[in-house]
Amino acid sequence: MINDAIGFFFSQFGLSTGQIEGLLATALGRGGDYADLYFEYRINNSVAFEERIIKTASRSVAQGVGVRVIAGDKTGYAYTEEIAIESIRQAAATASFIARTGGTTEPLGVNATANLHDLYKVETPVSAIDLSHKINLLKQADEVARAFDQRIREVQAGVHDEMKYVMIATSDGRLVGDVQPLVRMGMTCIADDDGNRQVGRGGGGGRVGIEFFEEAMTPEAMARAVAGQAIIQLEAVPAPAGTMEVVLGPGWPGILLHEAVGHGLESDFNRKGSSAFTGRLGERVASELCTVVDDGTIPGRRGSLNIDDEGQPTGRTVLIEKGVLCAYMSDHLNAELMGAAPTGNGRRQSYKHIPLPRMTNTFMMAGDSDPQAIIRSVKRGLYAVQFAGGQVDITNGEFAFSASEAYLIEDGKVTAPVRGATLRGNGPEALKRVTAVGNDLQLDSGVGMCGKEGQQIPVGVGLPTIKISEMTVGGTRA
Amino acid sequence: MRYELTKATAQRLAGEAVRRGASAAEVFMKRRKEFAVSVRLGDVEKVKEAIDQTLGLRVLIDGQQASVSCSDFSEDVVLQVLGEAIELARATSPDESAGLPEASEMASELPDLDLFDEEIERLPTEKKIDMALAAERAAQDYSERIINFDGGGLDTASSTIVLANSLGFAGEYQRTLISLAAVPVAADDQGRLQRDYWYDMRRRLDELAEPEAIGRMAAERTLRKLNGRSVPTQSVPVVFDPLMAASLLGHLFEGLSGEAIFRRSSFLVDQLGESIASPRLTVVDDGLKKGGLGSRPFDGEGLPTRRTVLIRDGILESYLLNSYTARKLGLRSTGNAARGLVGAPSVNAGNLTIEAGTHTPAEIIGAVTRGLYLTEMIGQGVNIVTGDYSRSAGGLWIENGELTFPVQGVTIAGNLKEMLRAVEMVGNDLNFRSQVVAPTLLIGRMTISA
Repeated sequence: MINDAIGFFFSQFGLSTGQIEGLLATALGRGGDYADLYFEYRINNSVAFEERIIKTASRSVAQGVGVRVIAGDKTGYAYTEEIAIESIRQAAATASFIARTGGTTEPLGVNATANLHDLYKVETPVSAIDLSHKINLLKQADEVARAFDQRIREVQAGVHDEMKYVMIATSDGRLVGDVQPLVRMGMTCIADDDGNRQVGRGGGGGRVGIEFFEEAMTPEAMARAVAGQAIIQLEAVPAPAGTMEVVLGPGWPGILLHEAVGHGLESDFNRKGSSAFTGRLGERVASELCTVVDDGTIPGRRGSLNIDDEGQPTGRTVLIEKGVLCAYMSDHLNAELMGAAPTGNGRRQSYKHIPLPRMTNTFMMAGDSDPQAIIRSVKRGLYAVQFAGGQVDITNGEFAFSASEAYLIEDGKVTAPVRGATLRGNGPEALKRVTAVGNDLQLDSGVGMCGKEGQQIPVGVGLPTIKISEMTVGGTRA
Repeated sequence: MRYELTKATAQRLAGEAVRRGASAAEVFMKRRKEFAVSVRLGDVEKVKEAIDQTLGLRVLIDGQQASVSCSDFSEDVVLQVLGEAIELARATSPDESAGLPEASEMASELPDLDLFDEEIERLPTEKKIDMALAAERAAQDYSERIINFDGGGLDTASSTIVLANSLGFAGEYQRTLISLAAVPVAADDQGRLQRDYWYDMRRRLDELAEPEAIGRMAAERTLRKLNGRSVPTQSVPVVFDPLMAASLLGHLFEGLSGEAIFRRSSFLVDQLGESIASPRLTVVDDGLKKGGLGSRPFDGEGLPTRRTVLIRDGILESYLLNSYTARKLGLRSTGNAARGLVGAPSVNAGNLTIEAGTHTPAEIIGAVTRGLYLTEMIGQGVNIVTGDYSRSAGGLWIENGELTFPVQGVTIAGNLKEMLRAVEMVGNDLNFRSQVVAPTLLIGRMTISA
């Protein structure tokens, strides 16, 4: 599929290698160390099913080229939505103003290369299949959710798919491309028991074809999980308030890592010295049981990419090894400035956005403990299995993530479900309190979205069952 | 041939959709010129400058509905997506609540809301950079403990918005925006870092706060966080500073939105006419405020915007509605339709405000014997269906009516239903640097967890 993207842009918009080299030269015309062009053509489709009908369907087509010039630690950026030489040249000229030192870097001739990875072997992307297939999935999900329990009153479900062609040309001579499919099916259920109203949410997907919803996550499985969550919440009691032992279930609770250490290990903050993890490479930041990895090379995952949005192959970066901090995640600019190797973590929301160091799939490696034994080891605590979202202040390390499905643990047994409570901790300290790591690593189902500096990108998280010896639970029952 | 961004184009395309089989159509076009500069340690860090544009088309075939958008205005692309919209609409189910507003309700006399400032258009790049650097410098000069910066800069945007539909409505307006922020980082004696920010955002250049004032406030807030510590788990009064009170108002908006109400996924369902909050609370949405960040002459469906009292002295008087949610609820649109690029219109606020009370912030803090002055929250943890509220928090501890040490590493929890009733004092300190604005509020009791 790789050179399909380069071929697509060249033929669709009448481009040539010579013209691309000319554009890079214009970008570096006033000076600077590096320039790149990011071509994007993107189709997004959506279909919404609610109140038992196909409420609405939509389709968006977007395209553009972003031109970036780097001079030292400064970035100039401009974009155009007209993929035509003259418009891109104007954008390149605008971006070039960041450099004031006079032309020094000559762009190398670009050579198209194939990608190292081929992570999305999708025969027929969901964006190309007939709407009726997607509608059938939603109808099935709706029926199962409503049949699950008569207290399920409202059911909303949707399929959102995307097809993105990208082509990236760099002043150090690279010309690469990628065709990136992405799909997500999501559902929300409202349960109503005589005025006691509760909500369940869920879904899944990835860089996969429609077969994903016949095997990995069927509409039935999604519907039972989401309706089930809403019904469980009907019985929920107030969550406890205070510090206690917390057991996190496998999969999506990996959001703990994304917030506690993930953002804090992005190299822009560390290069600038504003992260709680700045200058701490080689130090212990977690218990010995913790090995945390960011891996963009896992086939088919929502957070995976063949190449990052700067044209660098993605990689597997061990961030924390047996509790010791060993790496940051870098984009081109910060890797250069820190004298570090690139890690393939330069991502951007679209051609309108400047790349930043971002995560891909961030998870903890499996340990040796039996998950059931972990729960049995807790006298009084919380067992949290689903979360809404989270956030972090990377400077002081304070992070929070909000449980949407959690239970009390009493004398080693999972008992009553509790109403949503936020768990909080401090990044460099929280993982030092991980006292057990299960053997059941799971990655999330494929619904994660991460925001940073106004840029939303798809990501993945993962976790085995883990026990944290103490964590603040923000309940109402002190 | 490329289409121009004009009312005439939008009307023509709406007509073309009808010609091709739609019973009704609506066309939205937007062009935005954006500029953003971020600065760091006395120099420019990033500069971005571009123009973007989009066209969105919604078609209805009786009750069936679909929408498309594109950023390429060339004729063949636009007509291609228009055809796709008709096809997509035919694949959806008829929905009797879907449809354009009544022709008689469309906005006719469009008010001039003073949303466009020529001075922002004309502001030279060098001046923008100077302003951003001035804010940073003022923060730096405030204290030697300010050792770094992370983010901060100046943004401007200038947009043209066009909306037309097959009922004959066509409207256009322009607006400008300028915002300036400083994000200092400070270190305590042990080298532990804290970061905070301050900003201002307006539609007119002459209303923007002085860069130096923004920088000084950012530095003050950052220094205020140094040496923060937690407090034991307890239930106490919490004073929400204006930004925190605005975030609460934002959650109230989600609960009052017609979208949540018709789906019965709000804690405010079935409560029109009921007392849902303290009698000290009056909440108003105003789409017509001159120069307001949330103002516009017509909503996302072309209906006139207006001023709506949502909560009056604690009584729920109105939800915020668009045509669809109004039909679902047997009510009338409040002129709060939001138009995204694609999708059916949703609901947004205009200028949403908790009306000022009579107390100064100092009086409110002075009234608390022991409690938390809340200045920062992170995390989600707000369930609009149930009202459950649980967020990580930071601020200053109040002891005998005085602000004392900084607090960090705690959560606050409660339920929005109770929190609204427990508003005991409302401040007089409204500042319209956002679309959602509130004064300082005292909430009688919340659970702090550590």
